Amino acid sequence: MENCHGGCCIQKKSNGNINLGLLDDILAESRGKQGMLIPVLQKAQDIYGYLPVEVMRHIAAELGIKPAKVYGVATFYAQFRFTPVGKYIILLCQGTACHVNGADKIETALCDELKIKPGETTEDGLFTLNNAACLGCCSLAPVMMINGQAYGPLTPDKARRIIRDIYSGERQGAEEGVEQ
Amino acid sequence: MKLRIGLGSCGIAAGALKAKEAVEAEIKSRGLDIEVCQTGCIGMCHNEPLVDVIEDDGRVFTYGMVTPEIVGRIFDSHIAEKKPLEEYLVASPDKPNLFLRGQVKVALRNCGVIDPESVEEYISRDGYEALKKCLTELTPPEVIEEIKTSGLRGRGGAGFPTWFKWNATRKASGDVKYIVCNADEGDPGAFMDRSILEGDPHGVLEGMIIAGYATGAREGIVYCRAEYPLAIRRLEAAISQGREKGYLGCNIFGTDFSFDINLKQGAGAFVCGEETALLASIEGERGMPRLKPPFPSDSGYWGKPTNINNVETYVNVPWIIREGGTAFAAMGTERSKGTKVFALAGKIQRGGLIEVPMGITLREIIFEVGGGIKGDGEFKAVQMGGPSGGCIPAHHLDTPIDYESITSLGAIMGSGGMVVMDESTCMVDIARYFLDFTQKESCGKCVQCRLGTKRMLEILERISRGEGRPGDLDLLEEICITVRDGSLCGLGQGAPNPILTTLSYFREEYEAHINEKKCPAKQCRNLISYRIDPEKCRGCTVCSQKCPVQCISGDKGRAHSIDQSLCTKCGNCMEVCKFSAVYVD
Repeated sequence: MENCHGGCCIQKKSNGNINLGLLDDILAESRGKQGMLIPVLQKAQDIYGYLPVEVMRHIAAELGIKPAKVYGVATFYAQFRFTPVGKYIILLCQGTACHVNGADKIETALCDELKIKPGETTEDGLFTLNNAACLGCCSLAPVMMINGQAYGPLTPDKARRIIRDIYSGERQGAEEGVEQ
Repeated sequence: MKLRIGLGSCGIAAGALKAKEAVEAEIKSRGLDIEVCQTGCIGMCHNEPLVDVIEDDGRVFTYGMVTPEIVGRIFDSHIAEKKPLEEYLVASPDKPNLFLRGQVKVALRNCGVIDPESVEEYISRDGYEALKKCLTELTPPEVIEEIKTSGLRGRGGAGFPTWFKWNATRKASGDVKYIVCNADEGDPGAFMDRSILEGDPHGVLEGMIIAGYATGAREGIVYCRAEYPLAIRRLEAAISQGREKGYLGCNIFGTDFSFDINLKQGAGAFVCGEETALLASIEGERGMPRLKPPFPSDSGYWGKPTNINNVETYVNVPWIIREGGTAFAAMGTERSKGTKVFALAGKIQRGGLIEVPMGITLREIIFEVGGGIKGDGEFKAVQMGGPSGGCIPAHHLDTPIDYESITSLGAIMGSGGMVVMDESTCMVDIARYFLDFTQKESCGKCVQCRLGTKRMLEILERISRGEGRPGDLDLLEEICITVRDGSLCGLGQGAPNPILTTLSYFREEYEAHINEKKCPAKQCRNLISYRIDPEKCRGCTVCSQKCPVQCISGDKGRAHSIDQSLCTKCGNCMEVCKFSAVYVD
């Protein structure tokens, strides 16, 4: 549980326009039922891509749970994110099979290529690099997953090339957009 | 003729969907009338993607590593000319597969055989027959008696007798009881539960319904980790098919027994594999374990009697009821009956999912089923039981697999992850790796676990940096004992195992790190350096072009050298050198 436990984040002021109405359906379904907090948070993350502070406050108010409890539960679980993520989410597998096959070298290469650390998002908002405990494709070790697509077995050089290919695809897409 | 494609997560990761597209395109362009169907994990991960050609007479030809290019060749040769494409054939009636030989499929009986999204295919293989037998022929105590005869023990790790748990839940007072399926498989390197859920979801549901009947519960919950989206999708489909067919719902098989199952997704916390933490999580709380007793069989989900078993345990149940507890107990050892599924990975020739009778030796699994070490390396150790398990060295390879014998070596059966290591794996680094994991996953409730794992990790980190101090090993052992004895749940109690086993079997490796500042396996970055052998270097400049920090210099055609003060030890140069001139010192 590497997230901040101080509860400070929940105090922060809203900085964007978040449509809380998108939560109406799931909240209506869950009101009055026991044990619904985690499914509601999961649904909220599906909708917004992460859990903005105002969303957690809204859920707390609507379900009649203290904001501190909502925040406490959300920060306990690795699945929940509190900042927006990039267009491409890289999950680098840290499973035992990947580890003995050199996952740390892949991590070094990715961090160097993207100029970020695990858990961070690139400045252009394109890539988020996350470590995953085990993706379960042990025979492809070392492996990473980008937006659901698995790549393996990797070498540091291969990993860099995959990132560069996505970058060049993005640039091409942007140029074509300008031409149109 | 029929074509069957393995579409488990691992198959899809290896490109099975592309193979399927290619197969469908070939059928269309050749104007053939061949049925294409899907199945779950076949287990041969090392040969994925896999395509079976099933002849009308039932003979199965399995092709491995099927890329879209090879699909056309299979059609040219096998389908057009009736000549199997030997090059890519991994198993056929005339060519028994070494990986499959020696395996006995009980839990995996339907994986890789049926379409997991078709309830009809499950039924055609005697699916839900066991449930019918229980409801119409057996009383709940008789069901429990059959499970007792089978000797089935919990497949999630601890190996607690299944019948005992069921009986305790049945005898607990109260009208409302629950059945929970623990599908929060979190051990890195273990994927047997995922494969079962993806390959045979109805088998798990049937086991749960039978447990419901035996214990007097009317509701079941599957707690599945969110990282398994395909397993979740197939479970959801199976649950709605079960409701449509009347295997779930009111008055099942016309009896007065009613049962329903719901699915809850985990949110990513390893500790939730522990049963009391799991219960807290499905109640919407932080997943922290609590003191036992009371056991969940007395006070579980919402304080009601609850029976919790793991995926593999439940999937064994219908087989036991159908074939009889005695048939199950005929396999295995005195105290560990039946078969066990293992996920074989790491530095192994043929990795994948295997099911073998208990009592088989580690050597048979690794060298016969798994084909030995990948490449020309030598076997060093096998890690069993994940972060709560340990590393077993070569001289214990003839140990028969059973709960007690594995525990006596300092490891645990665990859920069945088996990661094979060769001499290039550093044992200090492996201990550090697992402590890094448990330290991050410790829920923080018990001080010994919360602080102890952190301190142990710090010591291991400094040893692998070459900053180990005299007395570190004694200190490590002392903290290990404190953490083991002072933690509430299996996470903390088992966390010292990776250290204790490596310390007892590979102590000299720790000493080399501390005293000589050397890593014998040449893995720990601070203790190694990359060098170029001037005799072998041809001066091709490839390494200097690929070096991310430009620390390799030399003229074209002349031997190059590495500036050690700048080198980040990424290993790129070694990987790209075609002349094996780069070596680790």
